[in-house]
Amino acid sequence: MYSQGLIGADGSTTETQEFLDAFQKRIDAEEKIEPTDAMPEGYRRTLVRQIGQHAHSEIVGMLPEGNWITRAPSLRRKAALLAKVQDEGGHGLYLYSAAETLGVSREQMTEELHSGKAKYSSIFNYPTLTWADIGIIGWLVDGAAIMNQIPLCRCSFGPYARAMIRVCKEESFHQRQGYEIVMTLAQGTPEQKAMAQDALNRWWWPSIMMFGPHDADSQHSDQSMAWKIKRFSNDELRQKFIDATVPQAEYLGLTIPDPDLKWNEEKQGYDHGRIDWDEFWRVVKGHGPMARDRIKDRKAAWDNGAWVREAALAHAEKRRTRKMAAE
Amino acid sequence: MAIFEAILELADDHLVLGHRISEWCGHAPMLEEDLAMPNMALDLIGTSRTLYDHAGKLEGKGQSEDDLAYLRGEREYRNCLLVERPNEDFAHTMLRSLYFAAFMRPYWLKTLEMTNDETVRGVAGKAEKEMAYHIRHAGEWVIRLGDGTEESAARMRDAVAALHIYTDELFESSPAAAEAERAGVLPVRADLRAAWDEVIGQVFAEAFLEAPEVPYPQTGGRKGLHGEGLGHLLAEMQSVYRAHPGATW
Amino acid sequence: MTQTTPLWEVFIRPRNGLSHKHVGSIHAADEVMAVQAARDVYTRRGEGTSIWVVRSADIVASDPDQAGENFEPTADKIYRHPTFYEIPEEVGHM
Repeated sequence: MYSQGLIGADGSTTETQEFLDAFQKRIDAEEKIEPTDAMPEGYRRTLVRQIGQHAHSEIVGMLPEGNWITRAPSLRRKAALLAKVQDEGGHGLYLYSAAETLGVSREQMTEELHSGKAKYSSIFNYPTLTWADIGIIGWLVDGAAIMNQIPLCRCSFGPYARAMIRVCKEESFHQRQGYEIVMTLAQGTPEQKAMAQDALNRWWWPSIMMFGPHDADSQHSDQSMAWKIKRFSNDELRQKFIDATVPQAEYLGLTIPDPDLKWNEEKQGYDHGRIDWDEFWRVVKGHGPMARDRIKDRKAAWDNGAWVREAALAHAEKRRTRKMAAE
Repeated sequence: MAIFEAILELADDHLVLGHRISEWCGHAPMLEEDLAMPNMALDLIGTSRTLYDHAGKLEGKGQSEDDLAYLRGEREYRNCLLVERPNEDFAHTMLRSLYFAAFMRPYWLKTLEMTNDETVRGVAGKAEKEMAYHIRHAGEWVIRLGDGTEESAARMRDAVAALHIYTDELFESSPAAAEAERAGVLPVRADLRAAWDEVIGQVFAEAFLEAPEVPYPQTGGRKGLHGEGLGHLLAEMQSVYRAHPGATW
Repeated sequence: MTQTTPLWEVFIRPRNGLSHKHVGSIHAADEVMAVQAARDVYTRRGEGTSIWVVRSADIVASDPDQAGENFEPTADKIYRHPTFYEIPEEVGHM
């Protein structure tokens, strides 16, 4: 459940031009790169950073939705939401595994998340205030994520692409789950419909910010595109998302909170109003409303679980010793 | 009516425990457990849904699974006290699941042999396997924590001291349950003691834990006499549903 | 210092008749918990009927630096493939 353009990757690399050209030739021939293959340091660094950010986003993303598991207003919704949040945890796990093939440990990545060194998708630094937020997140945030994640299934790095194939297969129910919630609210009581509109009003702009800065301002995009880590630009994906989402909102009778949103016949797509990039960068830099709470919660889970992990390792050591003594 | 109430007791046990376990989601000691615990919670909530639906039909007043789950207060809930105990820490949570599953597994196996209620038989066939896995998962953790570090062993002993007093209630039949037992719908709870003792005994032996003597077991859940925590659990769980009477979700 | 929990590779048999296939990895302190973690992570949608786990550290892999000498010499041994041989059409499928 992630779609933000990579933040702050450093694709710079010091290999010889000959090496880089040979590598680029493999990429251009659509060959997959596997962990033990020779690769430019910049490629490796970009991937560790991007897969790490992606994994962290899945893990932090469990919190805003997890906030409503205990209050889901029907047992059917409760089970579906629990299964969905569990999936996000699974996706984080697959992605950490993909990053680990590049020689960085999950513990290391976790520490970078907790120290604030590693970033995650800014969308999760907003609070979920009503049940409608759960529907809107599934519809918009997972919808935006799918736009980004489907092309990642063809990413040049094998383990990342394989993880994404599994993620995309599992996520196909997430957006439908969300849309069904919003639809039920939109067709429900006046209070329920107002709740859905309010949630759309709060989540719309953060959702379209998820695709990252405009192409003109996205400094690391070109190298990632050349290496086929990224297949579409931020603006291309944002446009696809808006074009797909507007009719879905119309069907529900909900209004997208952008007075400048209008169909552009010439480009066969929607024009949208100005995105508040100051807000985006504020949130990315850790000043979003829930940023401190999210990291505090993740850190608490990790720290409070330390004794469990230590006990498991201690027990494993005892088992080994006993087994050896018995042999 | 008695059978409706007896099924409701079972449904409440599963929903309340499933809810408690779901409170962990996103906060587990390791990512692998953030996947394992929702699996357990989903098993339990799934069973509760079938049982509520069945209870509503037995009652015949048109109550849906959600009406039964969301519109009864703490005095009307009929779960045993064990399942409502707070999560506290991972040791408490795993032990609570072990105690419950070690009771429910033989309960469902017995149900498969004797019940004359087809819906209950269907639930038993599925839930028996789920409970077998819960015993394994929670049991392996109890062993690791009991025989892990000094800290984990101390926490495990604390959990046993805190929770063992609630286990006798598992074997008690309320008047409603007793009637369902006489009617051949549900198995006799007291008969399952030996099977439970065997599982707990095996796990405790490997975990270096001792089951304490319990001079004064805590009971009362089947009469709606709960701890203070259940009211908070229900207030949270039911808040949205109750704030919008008659709405569809 | 953070202790690291060992990494395990997970192989799942999707159904009988097929071989176990690598699906990903998990972390676990020992082999019992590794199998349970693999079950809880990788078989949530009925993906499997059997699980293998093996410590990632125990896998012996071919050396990527020897990929050339290991795998390229077979490229010109085309006589190992059925299409190398010409059999008249009248003989039928062979």
